[in-house]
Amino acid sequence: MLKRILALAALLLMVNTAQAVVLRDDRQIEVTIAKPPQRIVSLLPSLTETVCALGQCQKLVGVDRYSNWPESIAKLPRMGGGIDPNIESVVATKPDLVLMATSARGAERFTSLGLTVLALEPRSHADVQRVMRIVAQALDVPVAESDRVWHYIDATVNAAAQSIPAQAKGQRVYFEVSRAPYGASESSFIGETLQRLGARNILPASLGPFPKINPEFVVRAQPDLIMVGDSNFADMTTRPGWQNMQAMRTQRVCHFTSDESDVLVRAGPRMAEAARLMAKCLTGKANDKPKGQP
Amino acid sequence: MTMHGARWSPVLVALSLWVLCVLGIALGSAVGSTGFESWLAAMHDDIAWQIVWDIRLPRSVGACAAGALLGLAGALAQGLFRNPLADPYLLGSASGASLGVAVALALFGGNPFATEFLVRLGLTGAAFVGAVLAVMLTLVLARGVQHTLRLLLAGVIVGVVLGALASLITLMRPDVLQGMQGFLLGSTSFIGWNACVLMLGVLLLCVVLAFALSRVLDALSLGESTALSLGLPLAPVRVALVCVLALATGTAVAQTGLVAFVGLAAPHLVRSLVKTQHNWIVLLSTLMGGALLLAADLLARLLLSPQEMPVGVLTAVLGGGYLLWLMYRSQTARAAR
Repeated sequence: MLKRILALAALLLMVNTAQAVVLRDDRQIEVTIAKPPQRIVSLLPSLTETVCALGQCQKLVGVDRYSNWPESIAKLPRMGGGIDPNIESVVATKPDLVLMATSARGAERFTSLGLTVLALEPRSHADVQRVMRIVAQALDVPVAESDRVWHYIDATVNAAAQSIPAQAKGQRVYFEVSRAPYGASESSFIGETLQRLGARNILPASLGPFPKINPEFVVRAQPDLIMVGDSNFADMTTRPGWQNMQAMRTQRVCHFTSDESDVLVRAGPRMAEAARLMAKCLTGKANDKPKGQP
Repeated sequence: MTMHGARWSPVLVALSLWVLCVLGIALGSAVGSTGFESWLAAMHDDIAWQIVWDIRLPRSVGACAAGALLGLAGALAQGLFRNPLADPYLLGSASGASLGVAVALALFGGNPFATEFLVRLGLTGAAFVGAVLAVMLTLVLARGVQHTLRLLLAGVIVGVVLGALASLITLMRPDVLQGMQGFLLGSTSFIGWNACVLMLGVLLLCVVLAFALSRVLDALSLGESTALSLGLPLAPVRVALVCVLALATGTAVAQTGLVAFVGLAAPHLVRSLVKTQHNWIVLLSTLMGGALLLAADLLARLLLSPQEMPVGVLTAVLGGGYLLWLMYRSQTARAAR
């Protein structure tokens, strides 16, 4: 008898935990997720990647047009982008959970149409871990699993840092995000990765994560190494004063393909791969560092 | 003081604007990512010298030249269309240039062949080509320049359609978004000596042409039929002026992006200072535009250094603020009388 009651209690408890998940998202709204979602729409590439890293890729029924990893999502229907989500097609797929950025538009519209919206915006390493936990809880994946994924990322970043020889450490890096020019400062997640890899950043944290800077600042700072996407690198030498910069003259510039750039600028599970890319760049360019430089 | 008695002599205004521009350029060589520092200190340091000579100086001169081109184009547009709301972007050159830039940005880094070609053409080249093609499209749609209203409407239509296409490309390629936004807000950051020489050359040509042809604008301000009855060669001069307008705007837009409001505000500011014929208005608007964009560029660099404000935001605040103040002052002056 006692056994049966205990079993019943355990069963009830399980049903309860499975039912009542209340999560606070990045809009500071309490979101109640009634039962583990089976049909998920993700409208932010890093969240798509997070869902898949947690092994829940098969539950995605739609993604935004910029999501392009992993390959298994290539055939999923595209539902607009962050600033122009296609409300109708999202609603038509009847998702039981919509994941999107807080900066994206349409969250209120989705909510008023009866959808459950979880708005999350990873901006730092800590955020990536936190967001992964929230997504795990929302998807009824054990938090231990999300921690396992995070530990893997963490360990990979550390390993990448260790793979860099001592003489390649301490290089002063300028990471350009876009051609306006916007750079990644110490306080961005890209800056955090660089810091963990033992590189220094010419943009201090006080400027905010992605400041729009005066191009003259870069010439003055004379970075040892420049990291930039292919599309911005193409005409970098034509900027006034830049072709005479030490880093440009000695070709200490890493330019990343657009696939690699996607990896680098998304605060998600592929941060580990991003760290490897940056480590490779730091190591490779340090070897042809001109003699007599500190 | 009354508005009408307080007009200054055009020569005096031209001289003071000229002095302002020269002072601004001198100051511009001393203002940068570290805030204000004397360029005299830069004499001994190679990098600092390079920054002053290769970056700050061309940038200041270029800002002045681009502003001047826009001011000139604004004065021509307002004279040609006899409309105080006309601005240089009216014939569709702005959206044509943005479409050119959007296409170029979207193709960058994609196909290596296309990239190589585009690097040679440059974003500025793409913008210029886009602006010129847009104006030509407008002229074709309006079937020439004879009907002011048709020209205006065609310009608006071309502007809207090409702008929409540019937005579409931007939306499809998110990596283009930030670069595109930089272009739309205008930026003087990347002006080098080549761009300066180009702009100054075009400016000289345009000013001479506009100055020589400005009598038609005076005649036009009396109405189209009066202008015709004066026996002026209205049609060819109009075509020539539209060409000057397109050339000036296209050149400025290609180098600096869509800097807002300079072209609209400069002629108004000039008219509030002097009451004179169009040849002077054209000349003074040129100088006024130069001074305005130069001032905006200086502030853009100085206010948040080493970060930068978009220069277009500042031109709107500066020019618009001053214009509002003038309007307010003339109203209170009128009320006091």
